[in-house]
Amino acid sequence: MTVTEVKPDTTRKIPEHPKSLLLRMDRMPHIWCSRCGIGITVGCFASAMEKTGLSPDDITVTSGIGCTGRVAGYVKADSFHTTHGRAIPFTVGLALTRPDLKHVVFSGDGDLISIGGNHFIHAARRNQNMLVICVNNFTYAMTGGQLAPTTPVTARATTAPYGSFERPFSLPTLAISAGASYVARWTSLHIRRITDSMTEALQRRGFRFIEIIAPCSTIYARRNKLGTGLDLMKYYYENSVIDHNASVDDLDIGFQSKIVVGKFVDKDRPSYGKSMHEHFRKVLGNKYQPPVSGKMEIDKSWSGCTESQDTTVTDEVQS
Amino acid sequence: MPESNYWRKPFDADKVKSPDGTVYVIKDRCKGCGFCVEFCPRGVLVLSTEFNRKGYHPPEVIHPDRCVNCDLCERICPEFAIYCLNQEEIIELAP
Repeated sequence: MTVTEVKPDTTRKIPEHPKSLLLRMDRMPHIWCSRCGIGITVGCFASAMEKTGLSPDDITVTSGIGCTGRVAGYVKADSFHTTHGRAIPFTVGLALTRPDLKHVVFSGDGDLISIGGNHFIHAARRNQNMLVICVNNFTYAMTGGQLAPTTPVTARATTAPYGSFERPFSLPTLAISAGASYVARWTSLHIRRITDSMTEALQRRGFRFIEIIAPCSTIYARRNKLGTGLDLMKYYYENSVIDHNASVDDLDIGFQSKIVVGKFVDKDRPSYGKSMHEHFRKVLGNKYQPPVSGKMEIDKSWSGCTESQDTTVTDEVQS
Repeated sequence: MPESNYWRKPFDADKVKSPDGTVYVIKDRCKGCGFCVEFCPRGVLVLSTEFNRKGYHPPEVIHPDRCVNCDLCERICPEFAIYCLNQEEIIELAP
């Protein structure tokens, strides 16, 4: 093997990382472990932002608690690190006040589906205007590897030393049954497909859900003797099956079993705001004054923002 | 990974020139996961024996001429420590 010189030589000024306009490179290296998959999804998100042509001012990123909860600190968009499980309620507020922006919830499975599970299903039911990116690593990694609602049967956790016997959640099934308008699942190896999926989902309205299965090298792989994150990436390479028309029964993930990935749902359903406007226009007619979109200042014309106006609306309805 | 020897030679291989890329590694940011080395389709990289400041082995470019600027290493790197650029991007990003 001939070892040739690296070009260009080290004396030359090294160009900036291409993602440095969208990610806070001054905070790197980040806190995630070696061989963790979360960094890949953040990179794909930055690529998707680039592809849509949206400026970072047009996007908000909200995270909950956990490893993936740290994402909010690494993107250059307006971001917030909420309390445990409350990333979706926070974004519901953002989506109602600023319907002109793109709202992204970037969090983990323990945060979104376990403690925030109720918020998740109700935001999906109402078709709230947000993109939810859930990085699923099958465990509560930051707190030391407890049993998560996504841990596959027979996989070990600190609170299940003899293996789990609970049926785990299948997150796309949950999102589909709750009524999400866009549902996709990829593994962190499908970098181009994640990017395409995020690009597509950023341009839609309504509740969009993307599950990304990511390797947890330090906790999940070590406790289950699966090698390192690199071995899990090889496992994704060999065992992921792309099937866009998969039935919900095929979406369950067993311990080291086949993983069905793909874009499962992409339908147009009126979002929460649109349904509200249509309903009130029908019921109230000309009396209904829709909220002014794209204004941070709360306008007087916005019915429902103050108590007095709220009562007048209800009075009108009653009369 | 060896060079792609399981694809047939395209009919217009003599007319179309494959793009050139230059790989940059930010060595002190790398955590030595080896994703780029494992999944590079052209076998450009190898894990070096030297240590970086944190004690990891960063990747090393051993076949710079093979890089086709496919951006896979850049996208699969969880640490944002490696990226490949073509000549126009280099001029744009490092004036």
